Amino acid sequence: MRTTDQIAAAVAADIPPGSFVNLGIGQPTMVADHLTTESGVVLHTENGMLGMGPAAEPGHEDWDLTNAGKQAVTELPGAAYFHHADSFAMMRGGHLDVCVLGAFQVSVTGDLANWHTGAPDAIPAVGGAMDLAIGAKQVFVMMTLFAKDGSPKLVEACTYPLTGLACVTRLYTDLATFEVGPDGARLLTTYGVDAAELAERLGLEL
Amino acid sequence: MRTAFLDTPDEAVADVADGSTVLIGGFGLAGMPIALIDALIRQGAGDLTIVNNNAGNGDTGLAALLAKGRVRKVICSFPRQHDSWVFDDLYRRGAIELELVPQGNLAERMRAAGAGIGAFFCPTGVGTPLAEGKETREIDGRTYVLEYPLRGDVALIGALRADRAGNLVYRKTARNFGPVMATAAATVVAEVRELVDVGGIDPEAVVTPSIFVDRVVLA
Repeated sequence: MRTTDQIAAAVAADIPPGSFVNLGIGQPTMVADHLTTESGVVLHTENGMLGMGPAAEPGHEDWDLTNAGKQAVTELPGAAYFHHADSFAMMRGGHLDVCVLGAFQVSVTGDLANWHTGAPDAIPAVGGAMDLAIGAKQVFVMMTLFAKDGSPKLVEACTYPLTGLACVTRLYTDLATFEVGPDGARLLTTYGVDAAELAERLGLEL
Repeated sequence: MRTAFLDTPDEAVADVADGSTVLIGGFGLAGMPIALIDALIRQGAGDLTIVNNNAGNGDTGLAALLAKGRVRKVICSFPRQHDSWVFDDLYRRGAIELELVPQGNLAERMRAAGAGIGAFFCPTGVGTPLAEGKETREIDGRTYVLEYPLRGDVALIGALRADRAGNLVYRKTARNFGPVMATAAATVVAEVRELVDVGGIDPEAVVTPSIFVDRVVLA
Protein backbone atom coordinates (compact mmCIF):
# COMPACT_ATOMS: atom_id res chain seq x y z
CA MET A 1 0.00 0.00 0.00
CA ARG A 2 1.34 3.45 -0.94
CA THR A 3 1.41 6.52 1.26
CA THR A 4 -0.03 9.78 -0.08
CA ASP A 5 3.51 10.99 -0.62
CA GLN A 6 4.31 7.87 -2.66
CA ILE A 7 1.17 8.39 -4.75
CA ALA A 8 2.25 12.00 -5.34
CA ALA A 9 5.70 10.77 -6.42
CA ALA A 10 4.11 8.33 -8.87
CA VAL A 11 1.99 11.08 -10.39
CA ALA A 12 5.03 13.35 -10.71
CA ALA A 13 7.00 10.60 -12.44
CA ASP A 14 4.27 10.30 -15.11
CA ILE A 15 4.12 14.01 -15.93
CA PRO A 16 5.99 14.52 -19.23
CA PRO A 17 8.97 16.90 -18.97
CA GLY A 18 8.13 20.42 -20.12
CA SER A 19 4.43 20.10 -19.33
CA PHE A 20 2.17 22.92 -18.19
CA VAL A 21 0.43 21.48 -15.13
CA ASN A 22 -2.31 22.51 -12.72
CA LEU A 23 -2.34 20.86 -9.29
CA GLY A 24 -5.71 20.87 -7.52
CA ILE A 25 -6.26 21.96 -3.94
CA GLY A 26 -5.36 19.45 -1.21
CA GLN A 27 -3.34 16.29 -1.79
CA PRO A 28 -2.46 17.08 -5.44
CA THR A 29 -0.32 20.00 -4.25
CA MET A 30 2.09 17.36 -2.84
CA VAL A 31 2.99 16.41 -6.43
CA ALA A 32 5.02 19.65 -6.61
CA ASP A 33 7.44 18.29 -4.00
CA HIS A 34 8.42 15.55 -6.47
CA LEU A 35 8.88 17.68 -9.60
CA THR A 36 12.51 18.53 -10.29
CA THR A 37 13.75 21.76 -11.86
CA GLU A 38 15.27 19.63 -14.66
CA SER A 39 11.78 18.38 -15.61
CA GLY A 40 10.97 21.87 -16.88
CA VAL A 41 7.39 21.47 -15.66
CA VAL A 42 5.60 24.81 -15.29
CA LEU A 43 2.84 25.06 -12.69
CA HIS A 44 -0.38 26.93 -13.48
CA THR A 45 -2.60 28.26 -10.74
CA GLU A 46 -6.10 29.16 -11.89
CA ASN A 47 -6.26 32.42 -9.98
CA GLY A 48 -3.88 33.73 -12.61
CA MET A 49 -0.25 32.63 -12.75
CA LEU A 50 2.18 30.41 -14.63
CA GLY A 51 5.53 29.60 -13.05
CA MET A 52 4.27 29.22 -9.50
CA GLY A 53 6.98 28.37 -6.98
CA PRO A 54 6.84 26.72 -3.56
CA ALA A 55 4.84 28.00 -0.59
CA ALA A 56 6.16 31.24 0.93
CA GLU A 57 8.29 30.93 4.06
CA PRO A 58 6.44 31.91 7.24
CA GLY A 59 6.99 35.63 7.84
CA HIS A 60 7.67 36.22 4.13
CA GLU A 61 4.11 35.88 2.82
CA ASP A 62 2.95 38.28 0.11
CA TRP A 63 -0.85 38.17 0.14
CA ASP A 64 -0.99 39.51 -3.43
CA LEU A 65 0.71 36.24 -4.44
CA THR A 66 -1.46 33.28 -3.57
CA ASN A 67 -2.44 29.94 -5.07
CA ALA A 68 -5.91 28.56 -5.77
CA GLY A 69 -6.12 27.46 -2.13
CA LYS A 70 -5.37 31.08 -1.11
CA GLN A 71 -2.06 30.10 0.44
CA ALA A 72 0.88 32.46 0.02
CA VAL A 73 3.23 31.12 -2.67
CA THR A 74 6.28 32.35 -4.57
CA GLU A 75 7.13 33.08 -8.20
CA LEU A 76 9.84 31.39 -10.23
CA PRO A 77 11.96 33.07 -12.94
CA GLY A 78 9.87 33.22 -16.12
CA ALA A 79 6.58 33.49 -14.24
CA ALA A 80 3.61 35.29 -15.80
CA TYR A 81 0.42 36.78 -14.37
CA PHE A 82 -2.90 37.03 -16.19
CA HIS A 83 -6.57 37.61 -15.47
CA HIS A 84 -9.20 34.97 -14.81
CA ALA A 85 -10.71 34.80 -18.29
CA ASP A 86 -7.25 34.13 -19.76
CA SER A 87 -6.48 31.63 -17.01
CA PHE A 88 -9.54 29.56 -17.81
CA ALA A 89 -9.00 29.94 -21.56
CA MET A 90 -5.72 28.12 -20.92
CA MET A 91 -7.77 25.18 -19.63
CA ARG A 92 -10.80 25.17 -21.93
CA GLY A 93 -8.70 26.03 -24.95
CA GLY A 94 -6.65 22.85 -24.52
CA HIS A 95 -3.36 24.57 -23.64
CA LEU A 96 -2.85 22.91 -20.28
CA ASP A 97 -1.12 19.52 -20.59
CA VAL A 98 -2.04 17.90 -17.27
CA CYS A 99 -4.17 18.60 -14.24
CA VAL A 100 -4.10 16.55 -11.05
CA LEU A 101 -7.28 16.45 -8.97
CA GLY A 102 -8.66 14.69 -5.93
CA ALA A 103 -11.98 12.84 -6.15
CA PHE A 104 -14.89 11.36 -4.23
CA GLN A 105 -15.55 8.92 -7.08
CA VAL A 106 -14.20 8.09 -10.53
CA SER A 107 -16.09 5.84 -12.95
CA VAL A 108 -14.42 3.20 -15.09
CA THR A 109 -15.10 5.35 -18.15
CA GLY A 110 -13.47 8.40 -16.58
CA ASP A 111 -16.44 10.33 -15.18
CA LEU A 112 -15.36 12.44 -12.22
CA ALA A 113 -17.23 13.39 -9.03
CA ASN A 114 -15.18 15.66 -6.79
CA TRP A 115 -17.12 18.81 -5.91
CA HIS A 116 -20.21 17.91 -3.91
CA THR A 117 -21.31 15.01 -1.76
CA GLY A 118 -24.95 15.95 -2.31
CA ALA A 119 -25.49 15.95 1.48
CA PRO A 120 -28.50 18.17 2.31
CA ASP A 121 -26.63 20.39 4.79
CA ALA A 122 -23.51 20.75 2.61
CA ILE A 123 -22.80 24.15 1.10
CA PRO A 124 -21.94 23.46 -2.54
CA ALA A 125 -18.68 24.90 -3.88
CA VAL A 126 -17.26 24.07 -7.30
CA GLY A 127 -14.43 26.53 -7.97
CA GLY A 128 -12.48 25.64 -11.10
CA ALA A 129 -12.96 21.87 -10.86
CA MET A 130 -15.43 21.58 -13.76
CA ASP A 131 -13.35 23.80 -16.05
CA LEU A 132 -10.17 21.89 -15.24
CA ALA A 133 -11.82 18.50 -15.65
CA ILE A 134 -12.97 19.16 -19.21
CA GLY A 135 -10.13 21.45 -20.19
CA ALA A 136 -6.79 19.84 -19.44
CA LYS A 137 -5.48 17.44 -22.10
CA GLN A 138 -4.93 14.80 -19.43
CA VAL A 139 -6.68 14.58 -16.08
CA PHE A 140 -4.91 12.56 -13.40
CA VAL A 141 -6.78 11.77 -10.21
CA MET A 142 -5.11 10.86 -6.92
CA MET A 143 -7.19 9.44 -4.07
CA THR A 144 -7.55 6.48 -1.74
CA LEU A 145 -9.21 3.59 -3.58
CA PHE A 146 -11.74 2.98 -0.82
CA ALA A 147 -13.72 5.47 1.27
CA LYS A 148 -13.49 5.43 5.06
CA ASP A 149 -16.62 3.26 5.19
CA GLY A 150 -14.94 0.73 2.89
CA SER A 151 -16.94 1.53 -0.23
CA PRO A 152 -15.01 1.61 -3.53
CA LYS A 153 -14.32 5.03 -5.06
CA LEU A 154 -13.60 3.54 -8.51
CA VAL A 155 -17.11 2.63 -9.63
CA GLU A 156 -19.16 1.50 -12.63
CA ALA A 157 -21.12 4.79 -12.47
CA CYS A 158 -20.70 7.72 -10.07
CA THR A 159 -23.47 8.24 -7.52
CA TYR A 160 -22.24 11.65 -6.33
CA PRO A 161 -23.03 14.73 -8.47
CA LEU A 162 -20.67 14.81 -11.47
CA THR A 163 -17.87 17.27 -12.10
CA GLY A 164 -17.25 16.14 -15.68
CA LEU A 165 -18.06 13.33 -18.09
CA ALA A 166 -15.36 10.98 -19.47
CA CYS A 167 -12.56 13.31 -18.49
CA VAL A 168 -10.21 11.33 -16.21
CA THR A 169 -7.39 9.48 -17.96
CA ARG A 170 -5.42 8.02 -15.05
CA LEU A 171 -6.21 7.14 -11.48
CA TYR A 172 -3.47 6.89 -8.85
CA THR A 173 -4.45 5.29 -5.53
CA ASP A 174 -2.89 3.75 -2.43
CA LEU A 175 -3.53 0.24 -3.75
CA ALA A 176 -3.21 0.53 -7.52
CA THR A 177 -2.81 2.72 -10.57
CA PHE A 178 -5.41 2.49 -13.35
CA GLU A 179 -6.06 3.80 -16.81
CA VAL A 180 -9.70 4.72 -17.27
CA GLY A 181 -11.57 5.67 -20.41
CA PRO A 182 -13.98 4.55 -23.12
CA ASP A 183 -12.78 0.94 -22.85
CA GLY A 184 -13.21 0.81 -19.08
CA ALA A 185 -10.67 0.53 -16.28
CA ARG A 186 -7.31 -1.11 -16.94
CA LEU A 187 -5.13 -2.07 -14.00
CA LEU A 188 -1.54 -0.88 -14.49
CA THR A 189 0.14 -1.70 -11.15
CA THR A 190 -0.91 -2.87 -7.70
CA TYR A 191 0.63 -2.26 -4.28
CA GLY A 192 0.32 -4.93 -1.58
CA VAL A 193 -2.72 -6.56 -3.09
CA ASP A 194 -3.16 -8.89 -6.07
CA ALA A 195 -5.27 -8.10 -9.08
CA ALA A 196 -7.91 -10.76 -8.49
CA GLU A 197 -8.48 -9.67 -4.89
CA LEU A 198 -8.68 -6.04 -5.97
CA ALA A 199 -11.23 -6.78 -8.70
CA GLU A 200 -13.36 -8.65 -6.16
CA ARG A 201 -13.20 -5.88 -3.56
CA LEU A 202 -14.11 -3.32 -6.23
CA GLY A 203 -16.78 -5.49 -7.76
CA LEU A 204 -15.38 -4.63 -11.18
CA GLU A 205 -13.86 -6.47 -14.10
CA LEU A 206 -10.40 -5.03 -14.58
CA MET B 1 -16.53 59.20 -20.64
CA ARG B 2 -13.12 60.05 -19.24
CA THR B 3 -12.17 58.65 -15.84
CA ALA B 4 -13.10 60.71 -12.77
CA PHE B 5 -10.72 60.89 -9.81
CA LEU B 6 -12.48 61.09 -6.47
CA ASP B 7 -11.12 62.00 -3.08
CA THR B 8 -12.89 59.38 -1.00
CA PRO B 9 -14.30 55.87 -1.44
CA ASP B 10 -17.62 57.22 -0.13
CA GLU B 11 -17.97 59.63 -3.06
CA ALA B 12 -17.04 56.81 -5.43
CA VAL B 13 -19.97 54.60 -4.37
CA ALA B 14 -22.47 57.31 -3.38
CA ASP B 15 -24.93 56.50 -6.20
CA VAL B 16 -25.13 52.69 -5.87
CA ALA B 17 -28.87 51.95 -5.88
CA ASP B 18 -30.81 49.37 -3.91
CA GLY B 19 -31.20 46.18 -5.93
CA SER B 20 -27.99 46.69 -7.90
CA THR B 21 -25.81 43.89 -9.20
CA VAL B 22 -22.32 44.64 -7.91
CA LEU B 23 -19.27 42.87 -9.31
CA ILE B 24 -16.61 42.76 -6.61
CA GLY B 25 -13.05 41.88 -7.55
CA GLY B 26 -10.69 39.70 -5.60
CA PHE B 27 -9.90 36.06 -5.05
CA GLY B 28 -10.27 35.68 -1.33
CA LEU B 29 -8.66 38.85 -0.01
CA ALA B 30 -6.12 39.20 -2.88
CA GLY B 31 -7.37 42.08 -5.01
CA MET B 32 -10.46 42.70 -2.91
CA PRO B 33 -11.33 46.45 -2.83
CA ILE B 34 -11.79 46.65 0.93
CA ALA B 35 -12.09 50.48 1.15
CA LEU B 36 -14.83 50.52 -1.51
CA ILE B 37 -16.74 47.71 0.22
CA ASP B 38 -16.49 49.51 3.55
CA ALA B 39 -17.81 52.65 1.83
CA LEU B 40 -20.67 50.65 0.31
CA ILE B 41 -21.55 49.40 3.81
CA ARG B 42 -21.66 53.02 5.07
CA GLN B 43 -23.61 54.09 1.99
CA GLY B 44 -26.38 51.68 2.92
CA ALA B 45 -27.56 50.21 -0.42
CA GLY B 46 -29.40 46.94 0.12
CA ASP B 47 -31.10 44.07 -1.74
CA LEU B 48 -27.84 43.69 -3.65
CA THR B 49 -26.73 40.87 -5.91
CA ILE B 50 -23.00 40.35 -5.43
CA VAL B 51 -20.73 38.65 -7.94
CA ASN B 52 -17.38 37.48 -6.56
CA ASN B 53 -15.39 34.28 -6.73
CA ASN B 54 -16.14 33.62 -3.07
CA ALA B 55 -18.76 34.64 -0.54
CA GLY B 56 -16.61 36.47 1.97
CA ASN B 57 -13.71 35.57 4.23
CA GLY B 58 -13.50 36.24 7.95
CA ASP B 59 -15.42 39.31 9.14
CA THR B 60 -14.07 42.04 6.84
CA GLY B 61 -14.77 43.21 3.29
CA LEU B 62 -17.45 41.21 1.51
CA ALA B 63 -18.17 39.18 4.66
CA ALA B 64 -18.96 42.41 6.52
CA LEU B 65 -21.38 43.49 3.76
CA LEU B 66 -23.12 40.13 4.02
CA ALA B 67 -23.24 40.35 7.81
CA LYS B 68 -25.10 43.68 7.52
CA GLY B 69 -27.90 41.95 5.64
CA ARG B 70 -27.43 44.03 2.49
CA VAL B 71 -27.10 41.13 0.09
CA ARG B 72 -30.04 39.24 -1.38
CA LYS B 73 -28.05 36.96 -3.65
CA VAL B 74 -24.48 35.85 -4.18
CA ILE B 75 -23.25 34.62 -7.58
CA CYS B 76 -19.94 32.85 -7.02
CA SER B 77 -17.95 29.68 -7.64
CA PHE B 78 -16.64 28.81 -4.19
CA PRO B 79 -18.61 30.01 -1.16
CA ARG B 80 -17.51 27.32 1.29
CA GLN B 81 -14.16 28.06 2.93
CA HIS B 82 -12.63 27.58 6.35
CA ASP B 83 -13.39 31.22 7.16
CA SER B 84 -16.73 31.73 5.38
CA TRP B 85 -18.79 31.54 8.57
CA VAL B 86 -20.84 34.66 7.76
CA PHE B 87 -22.09 33.25 4.45
CA ASP B 88 -22.45 29.72 5.83
CA ASP B 89 -24.78 30.93 8.57
CA LEU B 90 -26.91 33.06 6.20
CA TYR B 91 -27.15 30.20 3.70
CA ARG B 92 -28.12 27.60 6.29
CA ARG B 93 -30.83 29.93 7.64
CA GLY B 94 -32.17 30.45 4.10
CA ALA B 95 -31.39 34.17 4.43
CA ILE B 96 -29.40 34.45 1.19
CA GLU B 97 -29.69 33.10 -2.35
CA LEU B 98 -26.76 31.35 -4.02
CA GLU B 99 -26.14 30.94 -7.75
CA LEU B 100 -23.17 28.61 -8.01
CA VAL B 101 -21.18 29.06 -11.24
CA PRO B 102 -18.03 27.20 -12.31
CA GLN B 103 -15.11 29.60 -11.89
CA GLY B 104 -14.22 29.76 -15.58
CA ASN B 105 -17.85 30.36 -16.53
CA LEU B 106 -18.05 33.16 -14.00
CA ALA B 107 -15.08 34.86 -15.68
CA GLU B 108 -16.22 34.10 -19.24
CA ARG B 109 -19.80 35.24 -18.63
CA MET B 110 -18.45 38.62 -17.51
CA ARG B 111 -15.99 38.67 -20.40
CA ALA B 112 -18.92 38.06 -22.77
CA ALA B 113 -20.91 40.87 -21.15
CA GLY B 114 -17.97 43.23 -21.54
CA ALA B 115 -17.33 42.21 -25.13
CA GLY B 116 -20.92 42.50 -26.32
CA ILE B 117 -21.39 38.76 -26.85
CA GLY B 118 -25.04 37.64 -26.65
CA ALA B 119 -24.31 34.17 -25.25
CA PHE B 120 -21.75 31.42 -25.80
CA PHE B 121 -21.53 27.63 -25.97
CA CYS B 122 -19.15 26.27 -23.33
CA PRO B 123 -18.04 22.70 -22.63
CA THR B 124 -17.76 23.22 -18.86
CA GLY B 125 -20.34 21.43 -16.74
CA VAL B 126 -21.87 19.22 -19.44
CA GLY B 127 -23.66 16.33 -17.74
CA THR B 128 -23.46 17.91 -14.29
CA PRO B 129 -26.13 19.44 -12.03
CA LEU B 130 -24.85 22.94 -12.87
CA ALA B 131 -25.93 22.51 -16.51
CA GLU B 132 -29.39 21.12 -15.73
CA GLY B 133 -32.15 22.83 -17.66
CA LYS B 134 -29.72 24.69 -19.90
CA GLU B 135 -29.74 24.51 -23.68
CA THR B 136 -27.02 22.29 -25.15
CA ARG B 137 -25.68 21.87 -28.65
CA GLU B 138 -23.34 19.41 -30.31
CA ILE B 139 -20.65 21.16 -32.33
CA ASP B 140 -18.04 19.11 -34.18
CA GLY B 141 -18.84 16.07 -32.06
CA ARG B 142 -18.57 17.77 -28.68
CA THR B 143 -21.45 18.85 -26.43
CA TYR B 144 -21.60 22.44 -25.18
CA VAL B 145 -23.88 24.32 -22.77
CA LEU B 146 -25.34 27.72 -23.62
CA GLU B 147 -24.19 30.33 -21.10
CA TYR B 148 -25.41 33.91 -20.89
CA PRO B 149 -23.45 37.08 -20.13
CA LEU B 150 -23.21 38.33 -16.57
CA ARG B 151 -23.42 42.10 -16.36
CA GLY B 152 -23.03 44.41 -13.39
CA ASP B 153 -24.59 47.76 -12.60
CA VAL B 154 -21.41 48.54 -10.72
CA ALA B 155 -17.96 46.93 -10.51
CA LEU B 156 -15.72 47.54 -7.51
CA ILE B 157 -12.17 46.41 -8.19
CA GLY B 158 -8.76 46.71 -6.61
CA ALA B 159 -5.64 47.59 -8.60
CA LEU B 160 -2.07 48.49 -7.74
CA ARG B 161 -1.68 51.72 -9.69
CA ALA B 162 -3.61 54.14 -11.87
CA ASP B 163 -2.26 56.96 -13.95
CA ARG B 164 -4.12 60.27 -14.26
CA ALA B 165 -5.62 59.06 -17.52
CA GLY B 166 -7.29 56.15 -15.69
CA ASN B 167 -5.17 53.26 -16.97
CA LEU B 168 -4.61 50.46 -14.47
CA VAL B 169 -1.97 47.90 -13.59
CA TYR B 170 -2.36 45.20 -10.98
CA ARG B 171 -0.01 43.32 -8.69
CA LYS B 172 0.72 39.59 -9.02
CA THR B 173 -2.27 37.26 -8.49
CA ALA B 174 -4.33 40.15 -7.07
CA ARG B 175 -5.11 40.86 -10.75
CA ASN B 176 -7.54 37.90 -10.89
CA PHE B 177 -11.05 39.15 -11.79
CA GLY B 178 -10.24 42.88 -11.95
CA PRO B 179 -9.58 43.26 -15.69
CA VAL B 180 -12.64 41.18 -16.62
CA MET B 181 -15.02 42.92 -14.21
CA ALA B 182 -13.74 46.29 -15.43
CA THR B 183 -15.27 45.53 -18.83
CA ALA B 184 -18.59 44.17 -17.58
CA ALA B 185 -20.34 46.86 -15.52
CA ALA B 186 -22.13 50.12 -16.30
CA THR B 187 -20.04 51.96 -13.70
CA VAL B 188 -16.54 50.75 -12.85
CA VAL B 189 -14.82 51.98 -9.71
CA ALA B 190 -11.17 51.15 -9.05
CA GLU B 191 -9.47 51.43 -5.68
CA VAL B 192 -5.72 51.87 -6.20
CA ARG B 193 -2.72 52.00 -3.89
CA GLU B 194 -0.77 54.40 -6.08
CA LEU B 195 -1.74 57.25 -8.38
CA VAL B 196 0.84 58.49 -10.87
CA ASP B 197 0.93 61.19 -13.52
CA VAL B 198 0.15 60.49 -17.14
CA GLY B 199 3.25 58.81 -18.54
CA GLY B 200 3.88 57.04 -15.23
CA ILE B 201 2.64 53.74 -16.68
CA ASP B 202 4.30 52.37 -19.81
CA PRO B 203 1.52 52.12 -22.44
CA GLU B 204 2.83 48.62 -23.30
CA ALA B 205 2.25 47.55 -19.69
CA VAL B 206 -1.31 48.83 -19.24
CA VAL B 207 -3.58 45.94 -18.22
CA THR B 208 -6.92 47.76 -18.02
CA PRO B 209 -7.13 50.72 -20.44
CA SER B 210 -8.86 53.83 -19.12
CA ILE B 211 -11.91 53.41 -21.41
CA PHE B 212 -13.13 50.73 -18.98
CA VAL B 213 -12.57 52.77 -15.82
CA ASP B 214 -15.15 55.34 -14.70
CA ARG B 215 -13.86 56.30 -11.27
CA VAL B 216 -10.57 55.97 -9.44
CA VAL B 217 -9.98 56.49 -5.76
CA LEU B 218 -6.68 56.26 -3.90
CA ALA B 219 -7.14 54.12 -0.80
